[in-house]
Amino acid sequence: MTGTLREAYRLMRTIRAFEERVHEEFAAGELRGFVPGHAGEEASAAGVCLHLDDRDAIAGTRCGHGIAKGVDVKAMMAELYGRRTGICHGKGGSTHLADLAKGLIGANGVAGGGPTLVCGTALAAKQQNTGGVGVAFFGDGAGYPGATLEALNLASAWELPAVFVAENSGYAETSASTWSVAADNIADRAAGFGVPGVIVDGADFFAVHEAAGEAVERARSGGGPTLIEVRFTRCFGPSDCLEWFRARVTGSGEVPGTVLDDIDAEVAALIEDAVCAAKAAPKPTWEDLGADVYVSY
Amino acid sequence: MRTISYRDAIGEALAQEMARDRSVVVMGEAGGGRGVSEDLFPGRVLDAPAAESAFVGAAIGAATRGQRTVAAPTSGGSCFDQIFSQAAKFRYLLGGTARTPVVIRMTYGHSQCLYPVFTHVPGLKVVVPSTPYEAKGLLAQAIRDDDPVVFCEHTALYDTTGEVPEDSYTIPFGEANVVREGGDVTIVAIGRMVAVAAEAAGELAAGGIEAQVVDPRTTSPLDTRTILESVGITGRLVVVDEAPPRCNLATDISALVAKEAFGSLRAPIEMVTPPHTPVPFSDALEDLYLPDAQKVLNAAKAVVGYRRASSR
Repeated sequence: MTGTLREAYRLMRTIRAFEERVHEEFAAGELRGFVPGHAGEEASAAGVCLHLDDRDAIAGTRCGHGIAKGVDVKAMMAELYGRRTGICHGKGGSTHLADLAKGLIGANGVAGGGPTLVCGTALAAKQQNTGGVGVAFFGDGAGYPGATLEALNLASAWELPAVFVAENSGYAETSASTWSVAADNIADRAAGFGVPGVIVDGADFFAVHEAAGEAVERARSGGGPTLIEVRFTRCFGPSDCLEWFRARVTGSGEVPGTVLDDIDAEVAALIEDAVCAAKAAPKPTWEDLGADVYVSY
Repeated sequence: MRTISYRDAIGEALAQEMARDRSVVVMGEAGGGRGVSEDLFPGRVLDAPAAESAFVGAAIGAATRGQRTVAAPTSGGSCFDQIFSQAAKFRYLLGGTARTPVVIRMTYGHSQCLYPVFTHVPGLKVVVPSTPYEAKGLLAQAIRDDDPVVFCEHTALYDTTGEVPEDSYTIPFGEANVVREGGDVTIVAIGRMVAVAAEAAGELAAGGIEAQVVDPRTTSPLDTRTILESVGITGRLVVVDEAPPRCNLATDISALVAKEAFGSLRAPIEMVTPPHTPVPFSDALEDLYLPDAQKVLNAAKAVVGYRRASSR
């Protein structure tokens, strides 16, 4: 478990450092487009994705989900800079960050775009008997579109190996979910589709990791989908998942604080390296503009 | 050769492709429709709830993970976001790494004709079969194709019949079929309008006018070469399109010819389309609405009879 703890911390720290740096670059006018943040929600991506492997596919909403699924950090940063070396050759950007080889079907530009696609990746895993699962992360804003609810119903009806992770920050872009989600708990909607629904504290990596482990195991063993609602508050402080994690594992003596400090330094160097490499990388050209619309045409 | 219906030709193509390739999975509110069943292909014919965003989205997602999928939404209109925002864009926005071999079977005709809308979207291929023969060969090609294909089936064609080989065959995309040879006027017609144009061409021939009838068969890719070569010979063009007149295939093909074959044109191009209205219910109104052989005949005669006003 010690190795897993270090890995979990490294993932969460990488996501935090990546997204904080992206926001700095964005504020400084170095980046364009729309860059959804994940800061404060790292435990969800890491706690779920540490259960996944190459058989599995996810649909994310932010950079952090891709990092947790093993997508190359430097290639992701280059993508945000619109560079040819980006994970999508500069054509996808932040809202279409995807790496099919790593099982990231996309940080979808459409709120609610992921869950239906994940029904498909889960269907493919079931058809091919790979034991793979599909995981759809979606924000509370994606809880409104009908497609998300249709996907829950389909996954249940077809008994798909899928896990739906609703990341409830309390806000969907600019609207408070206390009034816009017409139910007290997103997880309660699961009952309407015959699916188990659970609520976990998004500040607590261990709670997310345990709930996700059960859901992924249920999916892999043919037990069908689960809806996990991960609750966050958007203010840092005592509820910050990284501080919480550090206090717990150093307090218990499982991981020394110096090891975590080393990870912090390594991650900081990685992110600095990624930004420098991205800024130095070439932009796509006229030849790239017309390429890859079709396999053949 | 035996004669079967458009509906059965589609079912036969589905069954033959499912037998040929185990990765093919079909899904829809009526399972796979005619010709395929759970008994014949266990686990690969999926009955879907009438929630088209979900199962069309699932067909697209599965196609990115090694399946060849065919989705048949009944009404179609509620899954456009999945088609436009997901399937069409995957390959490009993922820097060329995605293959999305999904076929979306979309009915058209009595409710609306939306193939121009799909044709507009980069990343989609659009097939508009005019006969049972075309339907079978083009559907087989669509299923084997590695790009997302919107396969447009006209509801009024399902019970029409025609000669169809029993063995499996494919018709390549982007290759028009010259339905009838003629040197006086080119008539390009889409989908169900091909039969209407052929009927008009028969009547024109009786009056001594030989029309060349071209069925593009796919609107994306579009066989521009065959159309331009034909207009190069005839110098006259009529386009017959069942879609309403703004930004449809008639305007698209007319713009192509006006730009690329301006020097060949001996008369203004005629477009035979419905008016800019929704499809009405009453048969009296629908008769007025739809292009028919008489309207095509009138347009062809106008084009052939055109004389440039003297400039002096």
